[in-house]
Amino acid sequence: MSSADLTSERDLPPEREASAKGDVAPERDGPRDTGMDDASLHRWLTRTWRTPPGIIGALSSVDHKVIARRYLITAFLFLCLGGLNAVVMRIQLSGPRRGLIGPDLYNQLFTMHGVTMMFLFAVPIVQATGIYLVPLMVGTRNIAFPRLNAFSYWVYVSGGLFAWVSFALSMAPDVGWFAYVPLSGPEYGPGKRADVWAQMITYTEVSSLAVAVATIVTIFKQRAPGMSLDKIPLYVWSLLVTSFVVVFAMPAVMITSTFLILDRLVGTHIFNPAEGGDALLFQHLFWFFGHPEVYIIFLPATGMVSAIIPAFARRPVFGHLGLVLSLIAVGFLSFGLWVHHMFATGLPKLGASFFTASSMMIAIPNGVQIFCWLATLWDGRPVIRTPLLFVFGFFFIFVIGGLTGVMLASVPLDLQVHDTYFVVAHFHYVLIGGAVFPLLGAAYFWFPKITGRMMSERLGRWHFWLALIGFNAAFFPMHIVGLWGMPRRVYTYPAELGWGNINLFITAGAVLFFLSFVLFAFNLIHGALKGAPAGDNPWDAGTLEWATSSPPPSYNFARIPVVTNVEPLWAEPQALPVATGLRADVRELLISTVAEAHPDIREKSATPSIWPLLAAIAVGGTFLYSIFTPWAIVWGAAPIAVTLIGWFWPKGDPEDEE
Amino acid sequence: MKRLASIAFATAIALSLQGCSGWQSALDPKGPAASELAWLIWFFTGLCAVVWVLVMVALAMPLMMRSRQRAEPLVLDAGADNRKLRVVMTAVGLTAVILVGLTLVSFFANRTLAAIGSDVALTIRVTGHQWWWEVRYEDATPSRILTTANEIHIPAGEPVRLLLTSTDVIHSFWVPSLSGKLDLIPGHMNVLDIKADKPGVYRGQCAEFCGAQHANMGTFVIAEPRAKFDAWWNDQLQPAAAPMSDEAKAGENLFLKRPCVMCHKIGGTPAGGTVAPDLTHVASRQTLAAGTLTMSRGNLAAWIADPQGVKPGSHMPVVDLSGDELNAIVAYLEGLK
Amino acid sequence: MNQRPALDLSALPTFGHGPRSPTWWGTLGFMALEGTGFALAAGAYLYLATLWPNWRLSAPQPNHWPGTIVTLLLIVSLVPNHILNGYAKQCAMRPVRIGMVVMSLLGLAPLIVRWFEFPALNIYWDTNAYGSMLWVLLGLHTTHLITDVGDTIVLMVLMFTHHGYSGRRFGDVGDNVFYWDFVVLTWIPIYLLIYWLPRLG
Repeated sequence: MSSADLTSERDLPPEREASAKGDVAPERDGPRDTGMDDASLHRWLTRTWRTPPGIIGALSSVDHKVIARRYLITAFLFLCLGGLNAVVMRIQLSGPRRGLIGPDLYNQLFTMHGVTMMFLFAVPIVQATGIYLVPLMVGTRNIAFPRLNAFSYWVYVSGGLFAWVSFALSMAPDVGWFAYVPLSGPEYGPGKRADVWAQMITYTEVSSLAVAVATIVTIFKQRAPGMSLDKIPLYVWSLLVTSFVVVFAMPAVMITSTFLILDRLVGTHIFNPAEGGDALLFQHLFWFFGHPEVYIIFLPATGMVSAIIPAFARRPVFGHLGLVLSLIAVGFLSFGLWVHHMFATGLPKLGASFFTASSMMIAIPNGVQIFCWLATLWDGRPVIRTPLLFVFGFFFIFVIGGLTGVMLASVPLDLQVHDTYFVVAHFHYVLIGGAVFPLLGAAYFWFPKITGRMMSERLGRWHFWLALIGFNAAFFPMHIVGLWGMPRRVYTYPAELGWGNINLFITAGAVLFFLSFVLFAFNLIHGALKGAPAGDNPWDAGTLEWATSSPPPSYNFARIPVVTNVEPLWAEPQALPVATGLRADVRELLISTVAEAHPDIREKSATPSIWPLLAAIAVGGTFLYSIFTPWAIVWGAAPIAVTLIGWFWPKGDPEDEE
Repeated sequence: MKRLASIAFATAIALSLQGCSGWQSALDPKGPAASELAWLIWFFTGLCAVVWVLVMVALAMPLMMRSRQRAEPLVLDAGADNRKLRVVMTAVGLTAVILVGLTLVSFFANRTLAAIGSDVALTIRVTGHQWWWEVRYEDATPSRILTTANEIHIPAGEPVRLLLTSTDVIHSFWVPSLSGKLDLIPGHMNVLDIKADKPGVYRGQCAEFCGAQHANMGTFVIAEPRAKFDAWWNDQLQPAAAPMSDEAKAGENLFLKRPCVMCHKIGGTPAGGTVAPDLTHVASRQTLAAGTLTMSRGNLAAWIADPQGVKPGSHMPVVDLSGDELNAIVAYLEGLK
Repeated sequence: MNQRPALDLSALPTFGHGPRSPTWWGTLGFMALEGTGFALAAGAYLYLATLWPNWRLSAPQPNHWPGTIVTLLLIVSLVPNHILNGYAKQCAMRPVRIGMVVMSLLGLAPLIVRWFEFPALNIYWDTNAYGSMLWVLLGLHTTHLITDVGDTIVLMVLMFTHHGYSGRRFGDVGDNVFYWDFVVLTWIPIYLLIYWLPRLG
């Protein structure tokens, strides 16, 4: 399709004329990028799009790249905290009856490990990667609803601080990341620990949901002209499907945690079997979210794999359409499996068998993805660089995790391994193999784009081998010790069961794995400070984020690219076709149609604002206070309303008026 | 480097196998359910291992090939892509066939398991508590109903029905060498049929996180020949043995005067508490505190003197006792065979 | 990277209504996630209702009249709501201002009646799980009602200032109409669950 078709094919929108009539102030025109030379365009756009200077300016930023960088760094710090948790637990378990820590601390540690890794590391980091990359990959200047995006970050970071401050005060939840009732209920969960869990979950999920909506709208409405559905990069597809899964799954956990806090604080009986409630209802609601949660973490990682492989295999992904359909199929099927976390609760046998079948079935679309990636790699010799090494590590580890997942889908087999170290091994193979290894590959892959510098390839290889060996040494033996009868979530075990030696070995592996992250952190810092300059497109990859400079300017693209291929830069190696006609003096970006990405509207994007931060503080304070009294919701309503009105009330910027 | 790791790993497994007694292992089945499940585990593992190796070979192939790197990323060989499409479709088809097969295998294994409880003669009600197991033997004759704790005696070679529930939080009953696990949920009653092929002692422990002492909530299934089991039941129905020595007599008095009596029951005495394990025949059991300590005079004393040191967070309070008082109570309890 | 101009965007309009505007899609996204929350809460209610043979757990029947009045008010409000939408599309200031006032009042009216709905449930939230679920469902919808009425009033005030003369603001009015439809629509199943399901048992 030639770029001229984009305008000639479409019908002129009726509102084009309508915009002149009606009670609307006429558009004040300003300088446009048409015909402007590169240097003055850069000056204009920088003045328009930059984050204001100073601390208030920094706190007001709505630039998706600035927010995403903060997200990425915060999530990495939480990863380190969660990892340290794990190391402490492993030292406690390195031998039978060790007295390093008691049950009270241990139970807080494993709860915080789960909560941190799931809610403060994994989901935020895949969403943050999307916040950074999606607008660049679809060729737009900022994410949709940029202030909402800033708000999400403040909510997330305060939710994380809330959890970790409570840990420092020995008030952290100690009921597991799943917080089953009645253990977390009013009768058996004294103190404020389970309340911290409930409110922190509700609160941080607000942030995930907001990011998901912003991501969906960015992908639907802000794609560069010509990027019809079939030309959307697979990474962007994966974020789109993930965001939909977030929209339909996260409300379940918010409902669960809200019901729990109501039971605990105002005396409702939703989960109380003595007064007509039911404890299993909690598990149904929790896992209706909990299983899709795995795919919320895993699907973006498949998108990363789909972005890294073509760059190093030097060809577009084999079976693009098949991969897109697989993503969508996995997204749907992920809602039909939750009961396989509950086989041991004694559900009716027929129902359980249905969930065996559905859990097995999700392996088919996942298999399609694996086979298509392998087929992509078969054309010629791939370029072996660190990002691809981590993708190989992903195959090595994730396939094991997927296969043990098939084992867990079988009801009778699950009854032996459920809640043992076999399951701990399984989901670490899935989550670390399926998400963390691709994320590490993605870090090496996109680091040059984000910082403008390369990470060390030599350290990268060391990092890869250390991580691969450390991971497998730590987690493979857990399958065995689980089959030997070791349950999860035990702070100690007796010597006579004979689990001591293998646990010592596991601990050694865990320490090795942790060290690999120390090496990674060093490589990140070293690369950011002293790495070789990267240039725009160090890997000679084909998607739009590589068309702009590294790091990208605040406005992302001097002119919006026009897309003619799923790998636009490979299709137009000489000169990228671009669109002109946007204003340079206001934050104007292009809104396009959902399916075909025809250009439709020049809309203004929001300017920097401090109000999202203030709103996050108001909402956060309300949640924190609500742990102590339900009246907090009433008292908190006023500051929340004030900050939201401040946020949305126009300030007279041209962006607000038109 | 990798080979070194695998050698180290193999050594570690060999070392730890020596220590493994197998009495709480899913891979060391001692009953029909666990045998069926062990077979299922090995079958799935074998098949999955083959699939994994095949995927790894497919991954290694382009690295082994001597072909050159592609120069023009968008120039594709349509014929080669068509051949790949056939390979991918075949692989997807095979995946589907394997998954359907595994679903069927799993379904039939489930039927085999369900058949174990077809003619049960003995029903035992197991109630989970933080952090011990209440065990009640049901009988048509009310006087033959027996309540004990933490150790479940069963006749070997006979199917036994366990009715599982809980009065506080969710627990899970799991004796891996006999069968898979099943949860004990307040407000629900679950049914688990177990059978031990031969006499023996099979350890299990709570498998659902239940709070501070989840790690120390062990249980033992003790399978005995039918005659021995019947004798055991009859013995357990007897009231507690009267104290023999003066010290033990003093111990009984102390027990009845101190807070012990609020929670524990000792048949034949006024002690009738029901929130903690029945101690009528406590000394006949092999362990103390739900599998935490082996039964001995010293361990009894340690448990009574410092329950929060042995099981931090447990509901057994510290009772202020002098050394002599402690010894007296221990002497009394030790006599409750 | 070198560039070559291939497309001119200068003639495009600067705002659009309905599905053309990103805000409409954002509103739809939030409706989807809130709707999921409603559906799950309703599912939890039905789960408990089927679990116990005598649902209502021997509590007295709720008095449906305040709820029925709210239902009628909400359904009636849909008419001016859609008339307002038509004017918002034409960017006609006077009728839009009148419409926003009307919709603010039609938002406050059911909120006032809602106040009498809670005692009409004839049970407290801490009596049993049945009472808890009624209060939760009613509370969930009331939260939506309050936030949307607040939103409508703020937008109404905005339309009376000079900020109102903007295509974007008229778009916001359209999205507000859209969200009110959602608030009304979600109420119908909740109304049936709260007042009519207990009459079956």
